[in-house]
Amino acid sequence: MSDLVLPEALRGVEPVRSIRTPARLEYTFTAGQATSRFLRGISRKKILGERCGVCGKVILPPRGSCPNDGVPTSEQVELPDRGIVTTFCVVNVKFSGSAMELPYVCATVVPDGSDMGLFGMVQEIPFDQIRMGMRVEAVWVDDDDLTHDLASIKWWRPTGEPDADYESYREHV
Amino acid sequence: MRDVAVVAFAQSHHVRREQARNEVEMVMPVLHQVKTELGIDQSQIDFTCSGSTDYLAGSAFSFVMTLDGVGASPPISESHVEMDAAWALYEAWVKIQTGAADTALVYGYGKSSPGALRDVLSRQLDPYYLGPLWPDSVALAALQARACLDGGVTTVEEMAEIAARSRRAAADNPFAQLQGSDDPAVLLKEAEIAAPLRRHDCPPITDGAAAIVLAAGDRARELTDAPAWIRGIDHRIEAHSLGVRDLTTSPSTALAAARSGVADAPVELAELHAPFTHQEVIVRTALGLGGDVTVNPSGGPLAANPLIAGGLIRIGEAARRVSSGEAGRAVAHATSGPCLQQNLVCVLEGERGH
Repeated sequence: MSDLVLPEALRGVEPVRSIRTPARLEYTFTAGQATSRFLRGISRKKILGERCGVCGKVILPPRGSCPNDGVPTSEQVELPDRGIVTTFCVVNVKFSGSAMELPYVCATVVPDGSDMGLFGMVQEIPFDQIRMGMRVEAVWVDDDDLTHDLASIKWWRPTGEPDADYESYREHV
Repeated sequence: MRDVAVVAFAQSHHVRREQARNEVEMVMPVLHQVKTELGIDQSQIDFTCSGSTDYLAGSAFSFVMTLDGVGASPPISESHVEMDAAWALYEAWVKIQTGAADTALVYGYGKSSPGALRDVLSRQLDPYYLGPLWPDSVALAALQARACLDGGVTTVEEMAEIAARSRRAAADNPFAQLQGSDDPAVLLKEAEIAAPLRRHDCPPITDGAAAIVLAAGDRARELTDAPAWIRGIDHRIEAHSLGVRDLTTSPSTALAAARSGVADAPVELAELHAPFTHQEVIVRTALGLGGDVTVNPSGGPLAANPLIAGGLIRIGEAARRVSSGEAGRAVAHATSGPCLQQNLVCVLEGERGH
């Protein structure tokens, strides 16, 4: 501390070491045109990517532009709700709000025909058997619970098909 | 110093609430417009710099999402400021001065509609003394207006005239949000919303975006027949604490004006980023502008106030009028922070000999 001279009344008073100033702001998001198309599809159990007219890649989930070329995506592409695990992690720590039993696996799943992956969980298989290249399919929530939200896909589970060849997904790793 | 010019400018049609498009969908058309106008693509842009703020978007690293509208592959040289994009333009100008770039794309965008803007803006105040009190942005501007009235800097009549003049000028601006105005005498019959401010003294809440391309020397002349040369640019900041400032003056604007050479030659036109009516008087005085200077022919921020883009638009509007020959020498001003805390001044001139 500096040599600040305190008034008599404040000498010997415990210094303030921290203060708490709570702040809360509420926002109403606009998903945008492309994301709205995607989320409407999700609520009908459809995974809708969008193709870039320049590079031909299928962007998923679409946000309105091709991140490589900076142009609006020009063609809607319906993708199957099955694909491959390209990368994953085993979660060993409980996060607030998560009801998942530990350990569980978060993964990037690239649906067949897509050039980008969706984030999700892999279940219905022991965590230590999950691997890159594993083929999986979406497990959707009950029809009555479908919403405009990726939580409409509960998780992904193995299809039992042979693993994909590494070369087929190396670009996503 | 290298000669640097504004060679292209585009802005969105400013609206109260952009409900259909997300940020990247709002920004992308203006990015395409400036590049298409010049007949270039991203590969011919040496440096890209943007302005935006996560506090408006309500999400972290929101500028990364809008980079998706630029075309950032193969990887580009890029930077970002959490300020009005006029400061992104300053960074790009410096980058060009270093010789590391000959061309630069600058853009800024702000969607004010997702959050409660008056509360959001209170978060730029210090977190110990002012922030916890949540003083809203209009109330702070009203304190400044009161000080100006008490100090004889302006009058409510002059403020109403500024509002009417700005919104009438905006009738010729297809991008403006508010166009046309009642007579000042009619405006003054309205109730005060945050005394002494009336509704007409305040800027609209706006969603919008803008983009500018800068180019150096001969590259600028290759790209356009009418570059608007930046003859001086400077920015200055005042104390964070409102209590230590004299809110009736703008020493940071005056210093930036001196450093950018505003008074070196007559000024014909000025685009001032003064969101509240009384602030135009403060800024005009600090810049030393005479009564013969045309102020805010676009309507200025009282006609459309997309945060973060608003200051950049002042530079774009001034440059556009220099390029068209409407003005030979123009001043653009940008502000950021509460009650004109930070100010940038940019002097623009047409091709010499014209």
